[in-house]
Amino acid sequence: MSYEIKLDVFEGPLDLLLYLIKKNEIDIYNIPVALITDQYLQYLDIMRTLNLDLAGEYLVLASTLIYVKSQMLMPRPEAEVSEDEQDPRGELVQQLLEYQSYKEAALCLDRRLILERDVFKRAYPLGETEEAEADDVTDLELTVFDLVSAFQRVISQMDQEEYLEIKGEKISLADRINEIMEKLVRAQSLVFQDLFEGRGERRAVIYTLLAVLELMKLRMIKVYQAGPFGVIRILLAVEEGV
Amino acid sequence: MDDLKSILEALVFASETPLTVDKIADVVGSPDKKEIERQLKGMMEEYRQRGGGICLQEVAGGFQFRTRGDLGPWIKKLKVLRSQLAPATLETLSVIAYRQPVLKSDVDRIRGVDAGGALKKLLEKKMVRIMGRKDVPGKPMIYGTTNKFLEVFDLKDLSELPTLQELKELKD
Repeated sequence: MSYEIKLDVFEGPLDLLLYLIKKNEIDIYNIPVALITDQYLQYLDIMRTLNLDLAGEYLVLASTLIYVKSQMLMPRPEAEVSEDEQDPRGELVQQLLEYQSYKEAALCLDRRLILERDVFKRAYPLGETEEAEADDVTDLELTVFDLVSAFQRVISQMDQEEYLEIKGEKISLADRINEIMEKLVRAQSLVFQDLFEGRGERRAVIYTLLAVLELMKLRMIKVYQAGPFGVIRILLAVEEGV
Repeated sequence: MDDLKSILEALVFASETPLTVDKIADVVGSPDKKEIERQLKGMMEEYRQRGGGICLQEVAGGFQFRTRGDLGPWIKKLKVLRSQLAPATLETLSVIAYRQPVLKSDVDRIRGVDAGGALKKLLEKKMVRIMGRKDVPGKPMIYGTTNKFLEVFDLKDLSELPTLQELKELKD
């Protein structure tokens, strides 16, 4: 039986675990730990190959699962099985149930008539209430970390095969920087993702990222994102004053 | 009495945040809060019966005019949609809403991940606030939800949140 590789977005290791439990139609009060642990670890492998970023908590839960699995495998002499003998899964199940209840609560909150999504109140002229300022979706100026995350997303979507081609083309960082600046002067603004078009070679891809980071450092460009997961735009930095 | 009703209507309309009966009593100079509340509830019913696009709602401990729930799609065509909360942020918010006053470490534990990013976003959006510090080593901060949270999620007050038990029963 082959595993269907579908990469859902998980809100953390517990979320992943709940997903696996649901997918396998498992009774949460009687989890087959060996099966779940194997599937969980498989998922971690997939996540690792496609996405460079794996929060430490995923590994913590992995070791917890392995530990519980080992506990379940230990032989328990019949005579010692008593009322208060702990099911090694007990703590994990409690944690899962607790997390699940808050997840439910979150979904429930989301079903309400939410302000600025389903219902609206009277609009106020900008600047007259601090509320209006705080809420506005302003384009966020990106930090280096945001950009690296976006970069990870870009390369994860690229055809993996292209990484293996070794082309002799020599391209320097300075060349790439100039290329980008020229494009920018002509086009006024560029979309981050477009910079990677047709560039399958690993070196070219990395040089492009380095070029953008260098230009950011030199304050020759500004990089904006319209809200989380929005399109990333690169603009020429405008000189202030003078 | 018609006079008072008109004044109340105008006040609620002009207010930037849900207007409380107490605040109204202050402005109007009347000690009779029961009467004010009665008038407002009557107005709520009037607007409901009118069946128009505007409703008078009781949220966050006060009263506020809002568009009717099913007309959302129309207003969205008019306005630029504001960014919605990501699932992780919403989950963090629900933990805080139900467990307040709560420490970040508790939130981290329940969610199984570091809630720092989500917490920061919630603070920025003023859905969550720092209520103080716990008097233990490290003096960790204590978090709770704000009135803005109630306003955004159409809640009169925290007691309107369905209990976790109720949610569970709904599911089963």
